[in-house]
Amino acid sequence: MSDLRQIAFYGKGGIGKSTTSQNTLAALAEMGQKILIVGCDPKADSTRLILHAKAQDTVLSLAADAGSVEDLELEDVLKVGYRDIRCVESGGPEPGVGCAGRGVITSINFLEENGAYDGVDYVSYDVLGDVVCGGFAMPIRENKAQEIYIVMSGEMMAMYAANNISKGILKYANAGGVRLGGLVCNERQTDKEYELADALAKKLGTSLIHFIPRDNVVQHAELRRMTVLEYDPESKQAGEYRMLAQKIHANKGNGTIPTPITMDELEDLLLEFGIMKKEDTSLIGKSAADLAA
Amino acid sequence: MPQNAEKVIDHEMLFRQPEYTELFENKKANFEFGHPADKVAEIRDWTKSWDYREKNFKREALTVNPAKACQPLGAVFVANGFSKTLSFVHGSQGCVAYYRSHFSRHFKEPTSCVSSSMTEDAAVFGGLNNMVDGLANSLSLYKPEMIAVSTTCMAEVIGDDLDAFIKTAKQKGSVPAEYDVPFAHTPAFVGSHITGYDNALKGILQHFWDGKAGTAPKLERAPNETVNFIGGFDGYVVGNMKEIKRLFSMMGVEATVLCDPSDAWDTPTDGQFRMYEGGTTKEQAAAALNAKATIVYQGYSAEKTAKYIAEKGQEVVTLNSPIGVTGTDKFLKELSRITGKPVPDALKLERGRLVDAITDSQAHLHGKKFALYGDPDMMLGLTQFLLDLGCEPTHILATNGDDKWAAKVQALLDASPVGRDCHVYPKRDLWHMRSLLNTEPVDFLIGNTYGKYLERDTGTPLIRIGFPIFDRHHYHRLPIWGYQGGLHVLMQILDEYFEALDANTNVASKTDYSFDIIR
Repeated sequence: MSDLRQIAFYGKGGIGKSTTSQNTLAALAEMGQKILIVGCDPKADSTRLILHAKAQDTVLSLAADAGSVEDLELEDVLKVGYRDIRCVESGGPEPGVGCAGRGVITSINFLEENGAYDGVDYVSYDVLGDVVCGGFAMPIRENKAQEIYIVMSGEMMAMYAANNISKGILKYANAGGVRLGGLVCNERQTDKEYELADALAKKLGTSLIHFIPRDNVVQHAELRRMTVLEYDPESKQAGEYRMLAQKIHANKGNGTIPTPITMDELEDLLLEFGIMKKEDTSLIGKSAADLAA
Repeated sequence: MPQNAEKVIDHEMLFRQPEYTELFENKKANFEFGHPADKVAEIRDWTKSWDYREKNFKREALTVNPAKACQPLGAVFVANGFSKTLSFVHGSQGCVAYYRSHFSRHFKEPTSCVSSSMTEDAAVFGGLNNMVDGLANSLSLYKPEMIAVSTTCMAEVIGDDLDAFIKTAKQKGSVPAEYDVPFAHTPAFVGSHITGYDNALKGILQHFWDGKAGTAPKLERAPNETVNFIGGFDGYVVGNMKEIKRLFSMMGVEATVLCDPSDAWDTPTDGQFRMYEGGTTKEQAAAALNAKATIVYQGYSAEKTAKYIAEKGQEVVTLNSPIGVTGTDKFLKELSRITGKPVPDALKLERGRLVDAITDSQAHLHGKKFALYGDPDMMLGLTQFLLDLGCEPTHILATNGDDKWAAKVQALLDASPVGRDCHVYPKRDLWHMRSLLNTEPVDFLIGNTYGKYLERDTGTPLIRIGFPIFDRHHYHRLPIWGYQGGLHVLMQILDEYFEALDANTNVASKTDYSFDIIR
């Protein structure tokens, strides 16, 4: 078990977390690493690019069909995709009912008890949005993921979410071994995006380990339910993901205890880079029409 | 007034007095608006049919009277088996009241156990503060040497992380950093009380063997000649542990019982309250790593624990609650093989006496049909013993037994000529058992106290063996393991057999031609 690297990708919903993680893991697989992906998002879209599938049957939906989780076998839930990457989706309830957090706990316990982690080099958890409850912190409990990568962009709310996730990690880092591996910026072409992301990383006591430029090839690959690595391995974008994969691999489980900042500090950061103007308090609460008038 | 201070009538007879019977009749006639008696009888008869049985066995989304309890109950059992250890359940108070009363009603002894008393705000904000305050209060009020933490559903649903919480509580000074707080996540909605036993025991062993939550170096195994014994969740623990220890001493084996609550649930009345009594010490738990082998007497109670111990390099011998001659033979042979010590003549004598007792009663029991339900291990042990006796274990049912367990029971049945018409029912409940008893009647039912409703409903005499036994006293004081235990089980079966025979032959000048003095 000591050789097993456990990592987790967190980030605001819609930031490109699943795309980034699958492309990066495909690149790691290219490097000869044996990989298990554990999708921890009720949307169950963490493995579609690897499996070329719309959505994988999830642990929880299969358990609901079978009667209980105890009735499942590992083979039922584990699918093998591109470059022998093993894929599992924890799944969860329909929106608005039940408890998705407990679903994450149930699934991860099932996987561990049934030997899903045996014989792999990497386990990667793909976790939705904010750490909204204890269940979504399951992947960062002791003896789970040691290093967390936060996928973000230069958008304010993505940075806000990254900061919140850092708070979640901090809660567990003091008592346990979980560390923040770094930020991964998924370019949205906002103003001074690289500078902002880099500055936020420094404020959080970590580093911006990679800045992934925006490239339409990702979209082309997504439409075909493929990673860029598979769709167009020679593309420049594939090279970006390979670079990120090498950085993560070289990181060897290291990281820092994050130093989350306050909302005021976050706004100050935006001021500093001229995204917001200090004197412009008159802007707050005014619509575009108000301002034009 | 039928009763006054001079003449107090017990509730058994009180409600048969005219003013109560009139009251009940009036209530039924004027307020209950139930279905007419003939309709009720019609439906009741239908529920006894094959038609209903088939529908009943197709039931998917509902469990009626499961023959199992929940995980934390097993965890509290384990905590009670360690010396000066306080059982601390992280969760809501009502759950903990249930574990305490459940054990106290069975063992007729107080069961100490505290709760972190989570309420609605803890459900929203997480139970960290309850853990911090709870551990501090427990230590200062009850002065245990160890606090063993488990969880209820509530803490599990919101995802409270015990490892992080306990470490944070220590950082906040709630208990000293080096104080022993082993823990286990025991979600009540997963598995049963035997799963909780397994998780809790593994949690304690991991704590002592793998570096006490980072406060000490991991222990290195230095094998010696001792043997560990893990009993599993056992309602007869008071009698059984004493018997097992006697067997070890007769064999001349130095054994460590891992989890021994037999003294905690057997304290004398001498004017002194003992919150903690007996149990496995911390030193014994740590040193158990070095044992030559571990015997797990009830394998389904310790599946994960057994795997963990085996990974440490120890031989693990897993049994399934051996009961009676064949079972005890197997246990002693394994013990003899592991230790290289022969089974002494004194034990062979005990075996001979049990065989003699069985032979004396053989004519009565041979070919009798039994239905039995309970924990998976005990079902295996009892099935073997019933087969030994020439009885037919016609229906064998466990709510917390899976298909693999069923295959194991089936293998026992297949190996015996009397097992031919017997069937195993995994993952079924007592309402299924009711259908079985109604459609394929047997002579006797073996089960816990809850079986008395089946006894009344189906007219099948109940032999009380299992957990919990609330409505008979002191059964837990006598063993059901070892040759001595086999004798007790035999006697219980025979007692009920003769009671039933007497009851069936006691009508004067009609059936009493068989109401005999000598049986």
